[in-house]
Amino acid sequence: MSEPAKEQGSKTETVARTLLVAFFVSLVCSSLVASAAILLQPRQRANAILDARRNILEVAGLFEPDRDVNQLYESIEPRIVDLATGAYVEDIDPESFDPVEAAKDPELGVEVPADIDVARVRRRAKRALVYLVRKDDEVSKIILPISGYGLWSTMYGFVALEADGNTIADITFYAHGETPGVGDFIAKPAWRALWRDKRVFDESGTPKIEVVKGRVSPGDPLADYRVDGVSGATLTGNGVTKLMQYWLGDHGYGPYLRNIQRGGGT
Amino acid sequence: MSSVAKRALLEPVVDNNPVTLHVLGICSALAVTTSLLPSLYMCVALTVVAACANAAVSAIRHVLPSSIRIIVQMTIIASLVIVVDESLKAFAFETSRELSVFVGLIITNCIVLGRTESFASKNPVGLSFLDGVGNGLGYSVILILVASTRELLGAGTLLGYTILPSVADGGWYSPNGMMLLPPSAFFVIGLIIWAVRSWKVEQVEKPEFQIHEVHRKEAL
Repeated sequence: MSEPAKEQGSKTETVARTLLVAFFVSLVCSSLVASAAILLQPRQRANAILDARRNILEVAGLFEPDRDVNQLYESIEPRIVDLATGAYVEDIDPESFDPVEAAKDPELGVEVPADIDVARVRRRAKRALVYLVRKDDEVSKIILPISGYGLWSTMYGFVALEADGNTIADITFYAHGETPGVGDFIAKPAWRALWRDKRVFDESGTPKIEVVKGRVSPGDPLADYRVDGVSGATLTGNGVTKLMQYWLGDHGYGPYLRNIQRGGGT
Repeated sequence: MSSVAKRALLEPVVDNNPVTLHVLGICSALAVTTSLLPSLYMCVALTVVAACANAAVSAIRHVLPSSIRIIVQMTIIASLVIVVDESLKAFAFETSRELSVFVGLIITNCIVLGRTESFASKNPVGLSFLDGVGNGLGYSVILILVASTRELLGAGTLLGYTILPSVADGGWYSPNGMMLLPPSAFFVIGLIIWAVRSWKVEQVEKPEFQIHEVHRKEAL
């Protein structure tokens, strides 16, 4: 099966020949890689957008598997919020706003002070992209992007609040690296259902919502603020608690949600 | 098809299987086999890369100086892997996210470099291509077996369809969570190797040394 080895030996082994072969192999390979990257980029972008929209629809409770995502998404209204004041920003197009890029920007991003950075966010954009769901012209749900460190890596998700800016409708994590079969409960429907109708803020306006160790006991006076954890995945649960505390706290969506509660949600 | 070509294509499936006989490509076999669908994509990705890399290396084998042959092979493999990875991101977005880094890690999969170095650099293009496909198939057979076992016992489903209704959904099957963790892939691969070597006894390796002789000396 094999051919006799290297009869051509001396001819291929010169320095010039070696450099020439290396150059041509690099040239062909790099043009192959570059053209694949460029040709496929529009499709990849469209996929990423479609996926983000699907996640938003899911957490809004509007997702229908048989219907076109882009068509369903028309009922969602993206808005930009200035997190420091909690007011809507009108002069930026939500379609073109990229929170990840903005966070890196020295002007548009802000460092999260270490003492309140429980979720290890480190840096976030000064403005945030939120999504409103309207029903009969009234805002019925507010969807907020959330992120924070779990056991292994940063978990990214959305939380949907009812129009009162306090009651939780749903929560979802669309990207996380938690342990398969253990920490990945955060993306499972059964656990997500536990969040329904839980409350975020106590009377003083502090975010109280947390994932507890084990089950919430039925007589617990704080049961409204507590969600069952999963044994063996305490650190993942703690990660969720911390990211909720940060994002719904004063440095996160706190000011915005207070505006909503005062009736400024339009 | 000539008998040589047939052998290049079919021998790696059982008789010269890269996973069970050479115990190569184990890392990805552990990582992606928690469910069947990503494993199928992984199989296709690896087969495409192995076949194309073999063909490309074979095509330039007469002009390739042996001093840089390994790095040239790596360059070719890496480029093919990037193309495959980008294509998955464009055409199979959901699965590509589940596979995450493991498509990229095909670059370091010993099966691919092993075949380009040991086969493609000495054989004609067509035969090398078939050898790549064959080794991809050999890897795929094992991956599909492991992934089916793990998904079925770990989640009670196959390709996402419920086969064994789980207790949580009102059925009777209590899923074995360990099957979803990496060690169980070792166990399943080990069982497969055991089964193959019981069937094909000639694949059993000779013991490298005999430990009881040492004991006898010690007794003296």
